[in-house]
Amino acid sequence: MASSNGKKAVMAVTGAVMVGFLLLHMLGNLKIFLGRESFNDYAHALRTLLEPIAPYRTVLTILEIVLVASVVLHMWAAISLARRARQARPVKYVAKKSQAGGYATHIMRYGGITIALFVVWHLLDLTFGVVNPKGFDSAPADRMIAGFDLSRWWVTLLYLVAVVMVGLHLRHGVWSAFQTLGWANRARYKALRATASLLSAVLVVGFLAPPLAITFGVVK
Amino acid sequence: MNLTLKVWRQSGPADAGRMVTYKVQDVSPDMSFLEMLDVLNERLIIEGDDPVAFDHDCREGICGMCGMVINGVAHGEQRATTTCQLHMRHFEDGATITIEPWRAAPFPVVKDLVVDRSAFDRIIQAGGFVSVPAGSAPDAHSVPVRKEDADSAFDAATCIGCGACVAACPNGSASLFTAAKITHLSLLPQGQPERVTRAKAMVDQMDAEGFGGCTNTGECTAVCPKGIPLDTIARMNSDYLQANKK
Repeated sequence: MASSNGKKAVMAVTGAVMVGFLLLHMLGNLKIFLGRESFNDYAHALRTLLEPIAPYRTVLTILEIVLVASVVLHMWAAISLARRARQARPVKYVAKKSQAGGYATHIMRYGGITIALFVVWHLLDLTFGVVNPKGFDSAPADRMIAGFDLSRWWVTLLYLVAVVMVGLHLRHGVWSAFQTLGWANRARYKALRATASLLSAVLVVGFLAPPLAITFGVVK
Repeated sequence: MNLTLKVWRQSGPADAGRMVTYKVQDVSPDMSFLEMLDVLNERLIIEGDDPVAFDHDCREGICGMCGMVINGVAHGEQRATTTCQLHMRHFEDGATITIEPWRAAPFPVVKDLVVDRSAFDRIIQAGGFVSVPAGSAPDAHSVPVRKEDADSAFDAATCIGCGACVAACPNGSASLFTAAKITHLSLLPQGQPERVTRAKAMVDQMDAEGFGGCTNTGECTAVCPKGIPLDTIARMNSDYLQANKK
């Protein structure tokens, strides 16, 4: 795991965990279109999974631990690989022209940092309610709808930028994970890239629909 | 053709190095890039200056000795071409051309545009071979090999070890080189007994030399004079992960 290839494998696996989380998170968000009740019920159901076999919030807490561990490991691997890359080229080129195209590949590190900073804000806003008008002791749907109110248009804008960053990050990240784990080959490249683009597009649209609908008053 | 060259000059490993501007007159469009540098060097020698040092040998694109970053691209913008096979007709008259050495910590500059690529040799020494008495070439039909495998192995085996992949990689990774060497053996029957140990030994040596990790940008394969495909790296990763499972 300490080798550069091992770290890449860690990034691929933890990345896959996070993509899985994002898909579920996106589906959950879309519940807001079915009304506040439906959204709140979903939030409650997450906490009562497997009750009464497991006590309140057991499954969710386990999932949260896996997710946090994935985020930490992904960042650890990324930082140590970025440091390694910097050491591998101590003298920079006077002129350097990219030949592979695809700017998504070249903004992975900045994209990762942007997303990490956004996640901090996002948790403070909608999970802990610290920077949310409704505060912590409120129904999830109320926090969501108040959070993306037109008067807080800049929150929606911030969210939009972050979600697009996630999309770009995954457009490279998803197919890259297959390559890193050794499951890619030239016959599969086209399909893998198409899958990565499609998945990114679905996530971007799915995540942007609720906040935009709220900001523009479609969902009240 | 008249050209302005901005060339990296570095007197030795300890020197910090700098870009120096030279004018070159009466360059024929039929000259190769290296011949154009020969013209510059002849003039520098006559003027009592130090000629620009650069590596070259066969000058027909098969030995892997030459290589420099031309206008920000390893071996220049002409695809699938070594520096020696790049001709001046691809440049505009009056153009300014920047010329730099491969830049990577494991490739220390010896002088000017010459870098020490011994790190590649050590990666090969770590496992890029088959340890069986191979004898003379066997009859072509004595060990059957699928045509597809033979073709892919040959694609990988065309790697000349020039180092352009490392030069182009934003991470300074030697993954394409190492993967090409691993692939051309791991696709053939002779390479099977040591397949996973080879991958582990070579990848670990690549790390030990100080090359960066691969982030699948594809910059390497874009500049590779032999067009080594990116899926060789997937094969290397697969073999490497297998080795670590055991």
